[in-house]
Amino acid sequence: MIRQLFLILVCLALGEVVVYFTGIKIPSSIIGMLLLTAGLHFKIIKLKWIQGIADFLLDNMVFFFIPPGIAIMCYLDLISKEWIPILASVIGSTVLVLISTSFTHQVLRKTRSKKPNTDK
Amino acid sequence: MKLISEPYILLTITIGIYWLTKYLQNKTNSVFLNPILITIIAVIAILKAAGISYDTYHEAGKYIEFFLKPSIVALGVPLYLQINKIKKQVIPIVISQLVGAVVGIISGVFIAKWLGASDAVIISIAPKSVTTPLAIDISTSIGGIPSLTASMVVMVGIFGSVAGFKILQLFKVKNPMSKSLSMGTASHGLGTAQAMAISQRFGAYSSMGLILNGLFTALFTPIILALLGFI
Repeated sequence: MIRQLFLILVCLALGEVVVYFTGIKIPSSIIGMLLLTAGLHFKIIKLKWIQGIADFLLDNMVFFFIPPGIAIMCYLDLISKEWIPILASVIGSTVLVLISTSFTHQVLRKTRSKKPNTDK
Repeated sequence: MKLISEPYILLTITIGIYWLTKYLQNKTNSVFLNPILITIIAVIAILKAAGISYDTYHEAGKYIEFFLKPSIVALGVPLYLQINKIKKQVIPIVISQLVGAVVGIISGVFIAKWLGASDAVIISIAPKSVTTPLAIDISTSIGGIPSLTASMVVMVGIFGSVAGFKILQLFKVKNPMSKSLSMGTASHGLGTAQAMAISQRFGAYSSMGLILNGLFTALFTPIILALLGFI
């Protein structure tokens, strides 16, 4: 388990290093995710080395978002002043993004798969 | 210091409420017993009632939050396992993400404007669909209020994770890849976590939405807001 934790943290730490030296505006965790994908893809990291901890982290991901969610209590005053436009925009825009993205992907995917052999 | 503000007690309360709602949700299949929503509301209510500040709660919450970044790194595993499928879908994925990013910025801004929001709120809401650190950077760069943006990001995440899959079902989206991809696009890490709860395959596609929409929103928000005359 220690080695597993170490490998995940190495990816995260390398992500921090990349952000520090390049000043790139991407979160270190997302760079770490891509480094882990690359490490697995190029067989630098074996899947069994991190499978256990990855399953634990991924299975409980929703739970880890609780504290940032509770942080919303700091902004309740700010939100309550204009809660109608804020809530409507949050809900309305999220619904529109869900529908437009999934429809676009679904339609493009179908048109592509109609042509034979393009996927090979 | 009050006994209830001890980190171990606050952690026990948080985990206890989450576990209980999850248990009850599995038993009853009720839509209203969403674990994340109930836990956040219940813990805020308890903290307010006991007069505990968020800073004090954070002394406990940071132990849970510690796992957040590692869990996003761990998304590299399903991403690796699905990489060949994703490669075949590059064009539909990229185009759908471009559409999602533009729709997200424009619709967020205009709904707020139509309902009479102040300029600060309109600008702060533009990057709401992407993951918190990115959204805060974008918000700062366009002159928004970062803390307001952060709270909208959380609201989007909670709404997407609670209602996202039901909305997609309502609009009869059938393809699993389209569904999970758009969960990541529309509601970042929380949407991805929800997709992950269904399967690792769903989680991988959702991560793609999380990443690409993050990049596109960072690129387009300043341009679109300038074109629309907001900044």
